[in-house]
Amino acid sequence: MILSLLLSLPVALLTVSGAAVFAHRHPGRSRGIYSATLVLSTVALCVVLIHWLGGHTPATLTLPIGLPWLGAHFRLDALAAFFLVVVNLGGAIASLFALGYGQHEPAPERVLPFFPAFLAGMNLVLLADDAFIFLFAWEFMSLSSWALVLAHHREVANVRAGYLYLVMACFGTLALLLSFGLLAGPQGGYDFATMRAAQLTPGLAALTLVLALLGAGSKAGLVPLHVWLPLAHPAAPSHVSALMSGVMTKVAVYGFIRIVFDLLGEPMAWWWGGLVLSLGGVSAVLGVLYALMQHDLKRLLAYHTVENIGIIFIGLGLALAFQANQMYASAALALTAALFHVLNHSLFKSLLFLGTGAVLTATGERDMERLGGLIHPMPWTALAFLIGAAAISALPPLNGFVSEWLTFQAILLTPELPQWMLKFLAPAVGALLALSAALAAACFVKAFGITFLGRPRSPAAAQARETDRYSLAALFILAALCLLAGILPGLVVDGLAPIVGLLNGGAHLTAQHGQPWLTLAPVAEVKSSYNGLLVLLFMALSGSLAVLLIHRLASDVARRGPAWDCGFPESSPMTQYTAGSFAQPIRRVFGSVVFQAREQVTMPPPGDARAARLEVQLQDPIWDLGYAPITAAVIAVSTRFNVLQYLTIRRYLSLVFGALVLLLLGMVLWR
Amino acid sequence: MALITDYLVQGGQMLLILLLAPLLTGWVRAIKARLLRRRGPSLLQPYRDLLKLLRKDVVLAESASWLFRVAPYLIFAAIWVAAALVPTFASGLLFNWTADLIAIVALLGTARFFLALAGLDVGTSFGGIGASREMMIASLAEPAMLMMVFTLSLLAGTTQLSTVAHFMLTAEVGLRVSLALALLALMMVAIAENARIPVDNPATHLELTMVHEAMVLEYSGRHLALIELAAALKLLLYLSLLGCIFAPWGMATAGAGLMAYLFGVAAYLAKLALGGFLLALFETSVAKMRVFRVDQFLGAALMLGLLGALLLFVSRSL
Repeated sequence: MILSLLLSLPVALLTVSGAAVFAHRHPGRSRGIYSATLVLSTVALCVVLIHWLGGHTPATLTLPIGLPWLGAHFRLDALAAFFLVVVNLGGAIASLFALGYGQHEPAPERVLPFFPAFLAGMNLVLLADDAFIFLFAWEFMSLSSWALVLAHHREVANVRAGYLYLVMACFGTLALLLSFGLLAGPQGGYDFATMRAAQLTPGLAALTLVLALLGAGSKAGLVPLHVWLPLAHPAAPSHVSALMSGVMTKVAVYGFIRIVFDLLGEPMAWWWGGLVLSLGGVSAVLGVLYALMQHDLKRLLAYHTVENIGIIFIGLGLALAFQANQMYASAALALTAALFHVLNHSLFKSLLFLGTGAVLTATGERDMERLGGLIHPMPWTALAFLIGAAAISALPPLNGFVSEWLTFQAILLTPELPQWMLKFLAPAVGALLALSAALAAACFVKAFGITFLGRPRSPAAAQARETDRYSLAALFILAALCLLAGILPGLVVDGLAPIVGLLNGGAHLTAQHGQPWLTLAPVAEVKSSYNGLLVLLFMALSGSLAVLLIHRLASDVARRGPAWDCGFPESSPMTQYTAGSFAQPIRRVFGSVVFQAREQVTMPPPGDARAARLEVQLQDPIWDLGYAPITAAVIAVSTRFNVLQYLTIRRYLSLVFGALVLLLLGMVLWR
Repeated sequence: MALITDYLVQGGQMLLILLLAPLLTGWVRAIKARLLRRRGPSLLQPYRDLLKLLRKDVVLAESASWLFRVAPYLIFAAIWVAAALVPTFASGLLFNWTADLIAIVALLGTARFFLALAGLDVGTSFGGIGASREMMIASLAEPAMLMMVFTLSLLAGTTQLSTVAHFMLTAEVGLRVSLALALLALMMVAIAENARIPVDNPATHLELTMVHEAMVLEYSGRHLALIELAAALKLLLYLSLLGCIFAPWGMATAGAGLMAYLFGVAAYLAKLALGGFLLALFETSVAKMRVFRVDQFLGAALMLGLLGALLLFVSRSL
């Protein structure tokens, strides 16, 4: 019943998609389409939430479509329900935002048909209960988002981004296909129930894990498979970027969890956790370091997705390591941290991308070097963006801090692990996590400070206007959710308990709602506890006390005057710090190692009035070491085989004959 | 009745640190002056400075936004709350469980985030230079601090400061290499976070090497007073932290009675005086380093913290 209701929603979304194609040049259609997706996503959200609160019994449904001997299996369990909430919340908010933002779209016919289709694809992935439907929906999601990436296809950079995205998406799906093949075994049991029951040998199980990591990791943006993400996510219109970064990467995380935690069952070796953990740690630090070097606001945010996916995978890796040693209580903490961060990241990353969309509408710029001072014309957007920036920087009392705190607490439980490698790996990953949190704060001081504070650096920034009401409503709903999840983390942790139990052999964290003052104490209060509500309350109290006392007893006059600036105020806004100069100390400290950053200053000779130039050269180690050799090899091989295009028919026939003989010989030898 | 006493003790601690913070700053300045064979200002000079600033009008730069006016209150509130959560003269107070050591570090991060934003708000190059360098320093100091927290929590099995203080008082701790490394890391972080020599100079102006002072250059009047008070509170917080973790002697337990509390306050004052003296002694004996040497200084702190944690992973007895 509930499943058929939920399944009708993607169908309805596809209908909307079709309507968008045929409603050609109808003036109000953009608003109509987005209203429809808003309503449909909200309905899905409410249905899943009611189902979740009402006992969340798994529902299954088999339809006679898809592969003839298999049918199409659908299932709604706690894990799928949680991710459905994430997807449809993101979809609803992005639709709300697009009600205003979509009016500024120069080519709506390239966005409108694909947006509902993209949402439908993501919903279907989560409901699928067999490999065929899963992969079909996965590819549908990839292709519809690819079409959205190419919405502004006349820009050369977007074409390259689209191409790279397509190649990586193909690679990822191939890896997933193979991993499902291994899970299904020689009998070809492609529905998930059969896979769950099947027992794999340790070697095959490990291969499945690696393939799942490649397939889901390339979609989620795990280093070193992240190269397409910072190009493709910013290329799409902003509300789609928000969905791709905030929500689609979560669908990829869902794919990984479904395959590794659910279908594969218990991890068979401790190194599974170690592998995932180290990839997560590297992604977290590299992602934020890449982000610090950007001055395109949307690309900066896209690199931050790589960082946050790294944090999620740190939690998942810890959970695998604990599960391999039958430490289910600790695994529950790590899983809760990872899932909490999934929710948090979808909230604040959508918020930040939508805020960037508002800036883009107001100024037409996403290069931070040409923005500045936007807090004056756009105070509300600035406030919402500030909340998102503080949340992603893991600052209490907002939500990003809670999930990183939980991850730290999980790392602190690792000394109990028996394996030496994990014992050494865990504190190193802890240091990487701490480093990435601190660097993220630096990055968002830069992103918010250079974009919204200071003085405008271009006429476009000076003439900006506050964004429309729909967009502001979307921004503030997300900001409020960031704050709520930060001050009431116990409720979220309790909500996550059934999912954790499902993935963790029944073990989950103790219920938090009984704690006094809604304190979060995952292990025990004497060990660690955090109370976001009280922190907020204390800060509000002491802050208002200060305001009250000072304005009652001391001077409350404020005069305006020119900036002091040590006595030499410069009127030109070009003398301000830019995004590049803000990142310079960090570029010098970290970039010289990681990116081999080189700075070259060209000073004109004395008396020459030409401007001095500073050139910064950065090298992408992942691209140079990983992708460039592969590309070179592919080109070399294809050049070599290029002659095959220009053969005579006799030669082609002899080639075919030779290949046939070789294959037959191979068959004979094989037997 | 017991509950009211608990609230009173907690409130008393918040008030105590607020009142003590300027005195500590004055004490460090006085010791430094004496060590340089100057007479120096009186111990109460920071209070007079604050009162003077509070009475003055605020001059806002024309390009300052609402964030610039809100930030001092936010920074002050975050640091005051963080400082109030560190056990000073008594452990196990009513609200000690509100935040553990990780959350206290993160609260200081919140304050720093807004201070750096305030530095960028007016749009001058000095504010930018301060903000950008502060974030670079923090990006190394914060992980070093968290590594120190790791070491502690591996030993004590907790990140709650009250429980750590109790654990440190028990006999089983003894002398440990890992604790020594953690202490060293914490001291280095404390020096960097409080903008002391050799990382930054609290007494400098009009110098391209300044970090903290460059960020607050545009502040005046009551806003500056709040930021100065917050800086004094932060210094007090770090000294309390050192005292609470590495020298918890004399600390009263919650509900121990008035005499125990008074003894705790006396011990706390003695610890602060000693800490301030050592800080002044250290500051007068080293030279300020270049900004791009700071990363090596803090990188060493990070490595020390990590080494301490790793030693404990190898053996619990180190």
